[in-house]
Amino acid sequence: MVQGQHPAPPRTSAGTSPTAPERARPSAAPAQVQAQAQAGRLSAVARPETVVAPQDVTGAESIVRSLEEAGVDVVFGIPGGAILPTYDPLMHSERLRHILVRHEQGAGHAASGYAHATGRVGVCMATSGPGATNLVTPIADANMDSIPMVAITGQVGAAMIGTDAFQEADIVGITLPITKHNFLVTDPDDIPRTIAEAFHIASTGRPGPVLVDIAKSAMQSRTTFSWPQDLHLPGYHPVTKPHAKQIREAARLLATARRPVLYIGGGTIRSGASAEMVRLLNLSGAPAVTTLMARGAIPDSHPQNLGMPGMHGTVAAVAALQKADLIVALGARFDDRVTGKLASFAPNAAVIHADVDPAEIGKNRAVDVPIVGDLREVIADLLPELEREHAQHGKPDLEGWWRQVDDWRETFPLGYDEPDDGHLAPQHVIQRIGEISGPDSIYVSGVGQHQMWAAQFIKYERPNTWLNSGGLGTMGYSVPAAMGAKVGQPDRTVWAIDGDGCFQMTNQELATCTINEIPIKVAVINNSSLGMVRQWQTLFYESRYSNTDLHTGHGTVRVPDFVKLADAYGCVGLRCETKADVDATIKRAMEIDDRPVVVDFTVSRDAMVWPMVAAGVSNDEIQYARGISPAWDREE
Amino acid sequence: MSRHTLSVLVENKPGVLTRVAGLFARRSFNIHSLAVGPTEHPEISRITVVVDVEGGPLEQVTKQLNKLIHVLKIVELEQSSSVQRELLLVKVRADLAQRSHVLEVVELFRARVVDVVPDAVTIEATGSPDKLTALLAALDPFGVREIVQSGTVAIGRGSRSITDRALERVSRSA
Repeated sequence: MVQGQHPAPPRTSAGTSPTAPERARPSAAPAQVQAQAQAGRLSAVARPETVVAPQDVTGAESIVRSLEEAGVDVVFGIPGGAILPTYDPLMHSERLRHILVRHEQGAGHAASGYAHATGRVGVCMATSGPGATNLVTPIADANMDSIPMVAITGQVGAAMIGTDAFQEADIVGITLPITKHNFLVTDPDDIPRTIAEAFHIASTGRPGPVLVDIAKSAMQSRTTFSWPQDLHLPGYHPVTKPHAKQIREAARLLATARRPVLYIGGGTIRSGASAEMVRLLNLSGAPAVTTLMARGAIPDSHPQNLGMPGMHGTVAAVAALQKADLIVALGARFDDRVTGKLASFAPNAAVIHADVDPAEIGKNRAVDVPIVGDLREVIADLLPELEREHAQHGKPDLEGWWRQVDDWRETFPLGYDEPDDGHLAPQHVIQRIGEISGPDSIYVSGVGQHQMWAAQFIKYERPNTWLNSGGLGTMGYSVPAAMGAKVGQPDRTVWAIDGDGCFQMTNQELATCTINEIPIKVAVINNSSLGMVRQWQTLFYESRYSNTDLHTGHGTVRVPDFVKLADAYGCVGLRCETKADVDATIKRAMEIDDRPVVVDFTVSRDAMVWPMVAAGVSNDEIQYARGISPAWDREE
Repeated sequence: MSRHTLSVLVENKPGVLTRVAGLFARRSFNIHSLAVGPTEHPEISRITVVVDVEGGPLEQVTKQLNKLIHVLKIVELEQSSSVQRELLLVKVRADLAQRSHVLEVVELFRARVVDVVPDAVTIEATGSPDKLTALLAALDPFGVREIVQSGTVAIGRGSRSITDRALERVSRSA
């Protein structure tokens, strides 16, 4: 096999333990980095830093040295004119593995997948102009989903900026609304401090993407590099320690509510607060819902976990929120896909809202108890207060509430019908992948029907094992993000659960996977359509299927043929068309670990995602299946 | 809708005004007026922004502004406890026959004439937005030829300074 310039680290056969790759590492105690990464903590700045005395270098060398000292081990990127000086010292770096992708969008999503799977800051690199603008989608994606990411872009020489020079784009201006912060560096002396600040901002508070645009002239000048750097961020002070008074008030409400629900969001995973969350769950005895971004934040096997709320949530999760008298929102943001029509969302509920970002609190839903802080610290403070409340006033009696919740769960479990056309049920395929590959694998989806089914039918037991584009809804996220996740967690099985539409947007990164020995597994849930759009056309546009047929499925011209495409990219291509073959095909894919695998599961195009709350209507109008709504009065 | 005056202390860095103005635009907050200038500390600039919003959205405005890394501090200045001023330059048609009447209005409003030509005068006035509106109404019958007006600048009454603590922060982290 052709070897890339930076071959993959040797993979151990040590099952699923997330051991670090055996390669040159910063001497500063990687054990701590690892332990924190494992717990989902962001560690790029928490790590003890080595001291580097001032040395004379080029700006380009200063960039590479800064990334090394910031704790980076992998950079996804593509070189080009304005970033070229930086790629020269990068070639000899012992500590940075650069992975050459095929499109900058792939670099961005890969950095994002790496960050999501490890809890560390993901890094991508691109040249000026089109290289930088190709990063716009993954940056916006990371911004919506609070992913810690640093993007380094080359910019034309300082003297050329503003002259419409070749490959010039104002990427700082372009990414202003979609980054947590961004920088333009024209003075080479500013490079180490700016990069240190970028990593600090990306990884602390509410994480997010930070872009550092560096002029080529700065890379080519002589400068001084030293480490660590003093950060100059007088306006940046994320609050992590919650207010004691609010914690007491929250404990009092939670101890006295009759119909409480814990509304658990993706902040739980970013904060690394899963263990604390389970303790809160056990102590409170309350039902919990896990949003699309929080699948895996608490185990699906936990009896109090009702599953996903929202547009395609379980009836129990949606109904519990609607009928609650107290909602405890923890690292969640009352997104419109969760609340449905906001005015009729949970009309009788008091709201406790804890988030590290104060701007989320009260943004969509008025709040009774606002708590600004890091979730780990919030829950750590809340637990003893809640215990005190229980000791004083006894544990609340939630039996009646649980009877009602369990009734919803039993009456309206997640399920699906076998398709009438005799083709595979996509839900079955996804469910079996989850069951056969197990909860230690990482699942990365694209956007659409397959994403919802993967959120519904795979059982998640651990945080950082479910990756998807939740906020921005970026089709094409899956393959590059799975690649990044596999690089970050080489000992875990990584499945990209993709759609035939999504897959065609970014599958060029299969080349990157093959060349760099990143053996991801791609399940193309191939319904020959833009399935979610088609579902809406079925439901709301009288089955007028305008421009949603992709001709990739069973009985079509199959353009492209995904098996041949896999073969062309040096992957193993498999096809599965019948229910009888599903398990065997998945197992066959599981056995291959020396190259990427693409499985073309041709499924029924008429399968739909249920339950569903139509856009813009009240969650009370949830449909369990087409035309079937729960009769709320019966339960009340 | 109600009108609120916010004093936003920011780091004096390139692009900071774009960040602030862009935030207002993309979050659909309406800027009524905007004024930017230096402060007594060279590293800090002060943006005075007047917004038309309800109470709830106003909280969102300040919270979103606070998320900008270059924003150091935001203070809402109430009408009653602050001095708020705009600067107006207005060119009014005034031939010999009309000029004394125009000057009478200028006197009444304690404004100043800064330029005179045979058929026009240019008047400089500062004051609250209400005063300047009244002045313009009084000048209107003579024929207003051109108006240029600044955004509101505002400062709290009393001896306290809102820049003190922001200053400490900047110098501490410098």
